Amino acid sequence: MSLMAILALVVPAAIYAAAPLMLTALGGLFSERSGVINIGLEGLMVVGAFSAIVTTLTLEAAGVGAISTWIGLLAAVVIGALFSLIHGVASIHFRADQVVSGVAINLLAVGLCVFLIKFMYGKGQTDYISNRFYRFDVPVLSDIPVIGPMFFSSTYITSFMAIALAVLVYFIIYFTPFGLRIRSVGEHPQAADTMGINVTRMRYIGVMLSGAFGALGGAALAVTVTGNFSGTTIAGQGFMALAALIFGKWHPLGAMGAALFFGFAQALSITGAQIPMLSGVPSVFLLIAPYVLTILALAGFVGRSEGPKALGSAYLKGSR
Amino acid sequence: MSRGRIFNIAIPLIAILLGMLVGGIIMLVSGYDPISGYSALFKGILSEPFYIGETVRAMTPLILSGLAVAFAYRAGLLNIGVEGQVLVGWLAAVYVGIVVEAPMIIHLPLAILSGAAAGALWAFVPGLLKAKFHVNEVIVCIMMNYVGYHVVNSIIRAYLIVPGERTDNIQPTASLESEFLQTITEFSRIHYGIVVAILACIFMWFLLWKTSLGYELRSVGFNQHASRYAGMSVGRNVMITMTISGSFAGLAGAMQGLGVYGYMTILTGFTNIGFDGIAVALLGANSSIGIFLSAFLFGGLKSGAGTMQSQAGVPIELIDIVIALIIFFVASSYIIRWVLLRIQKKKEGNQ
Repeated sequence: MSLMAILALVVPAAIYAAAPLMLTALGGLFSERSGVINIGLEGLMVVGAFSAIVTTLTLEAAGVGAISTWIGLLAAVVIGALFSLIHGVASIHFRADQVVSGVAINLLAVGLCVFLIKFMYGKGQTDYISNRFYRFDVPVLSDIPVIGPMFFSSTYITSFMAIALAVLVYFIIYFTPFGLRIRSVGEHPQAADTMGINVTRMRYIGVMLSGAFGALGGAALAVTVTGNFSGTTIAGQGFMALAALIFGKWHPLGAMGAALFFGFAQALSITGAQIPMLSGVPSVFLLIAPYVLTILALAGFVGRSEGPKALGSAYLKGSR
Repeated sequence: MSRGRIFNIAIPLIAILLGMLVGGIIMLVSGYDPISGYSALFKGILSEPFYIGETVRAMTPLILSGLAVAFAYRAGLLNIGVEGQVLVGWLAAVYVGIVVEAPMIIHLPLAILSGAAAGALWAFVPGLLKAKFHVNEVIVCIMMNYVGYHVVNSIIRAYLIVPGERTDNIQPTASLESEFLQTITEFSRIHYGIVVAILACIFMWFLLWKTSLGYELRSVGFNQHASRYAGMSVGRNVMITMTISGSFAGLAGAMQGLGVYGYMTILTGFTNIGFDGIAVALLGANSSIGIFLSAFLFGGLKSGAGTMQSQAGVPIELIDIVIALIIFFVASSYIIRWVLLRIQKKKEGNQ
């Protein structure tokens, strides 16, 4: 097998696996940059996958055509933002331990969504949506030698969406007043407050954006990979997105790179058997690679990764 | 009683009531009858010997995973990696149960202890990284959960698999199964693990409150800087705490492997024993007796959920929702405390 053939096999699979991680990691970035830990990304993805699939199925049954999947994604964004308010209220107003609240979000999301699925459809999983996002070749670009087969052939629209959003978030975080405010309340809320920034409001916005992006990530996974919803549709991708966020040092493009890398590891573990060099390597090493690398990154072995300073602490007005 | 003590009892009770209340509203909104739902649930917890046996079976690992979370919390650490520690403990106990041949008096303790040792090893990693590199233990624990999950599955798949996507059965000499307990509970899956769990409760209480090591751990949990100034090694305490906490978690896994199932299957997802342990510890206020009681509540809810589904038609997931809500309300106890204080002040003002 030639190197080109291997790359043409692995790179599209990597980008495809990375897109949901990227979107969700961007969500986590907004929340954590504003100072609220979000272990609940997994649950937000579950809610997103659920909302997208249920909306799409309902619209399809009503006779709406291919556009229903897009409306499904939109519904996921809105419902995700609203659902994340539970985490917001608990961790910002009620001063709950943010990690514990995030764990509760994860348990609640799976419980609630499966409960609703059973209530609505009488079984533990939904039917498959008919208007899934399928792979397509980008016209013209896919004919470019080398780059074409790797990046523009048999690709998903969600992958381009995720990369575009990562660049957009990069500009928002580093080049807009809003981005500066988000970062300041995560680093030093007291100073931000003194400068007239409403810490509480910024944190709520951060958490709700994490809900919107996390749900979009879950929805993207559901409408491309699985095509339906059940309790196991989201199996750890939320935590992997959190890992990508940390590995990428809370930077949008870093998170994108880390997500791509994790997607690469996932793609290798799936396609590894077809690649002569890797067929001897037990797939478990590739499966655990993202997590082990994150641990090593945190320990400083691959460049230290430090989070926003005020991450995890409730802001009490008047404290120093 | 002082205000503080009343609050310590009132807050968990209010959290339980609020969780059940919201659960009831969800049932009502989705067209189920909350009264028949909850009465079926409670019937499924204690009404017959069989249900009692199943409740005890469900609470056994929860006591241990709750102790794991609570023990770490006492020293100021959040062990969110209990789930992974449970899995490796389960596998280690089952492995020893299968391959070792020895009389029961050696074999059973050996299998139980190897479960504890595996859990301890898994928790030692975040402890070591926290102590030596000041890495936040929460994230490392989460990552270790996934590493554990994949490693356990691939070990079973590569070395221990028998038809049915699972390991072989453990030998009877390593089993916690109890014919006596099963007979008196109309053949529920109750096993002697509850004895281990109760001993572990006593062990934690003794260690924390009657030994100097326990004093140090609690002191580090209260105030790291003061403890360091007093000459205690914070790093050493962190590592010891995580190791002991992990061995409680490993024991929880061993209970499932040696008591309930007698084998381990290839997992399709987490068991949730570890995550429920957070709920148990929170609600039990990190004390042995509190953990025993809250494990009884959550174990009962889990085992009664089946009855609720079969008799009242309410999906078992409702119980996961109720448990998640209880965690929320306990975690948000600040607001409950605030409301209680307001009410109390109003009363005093009226007099």
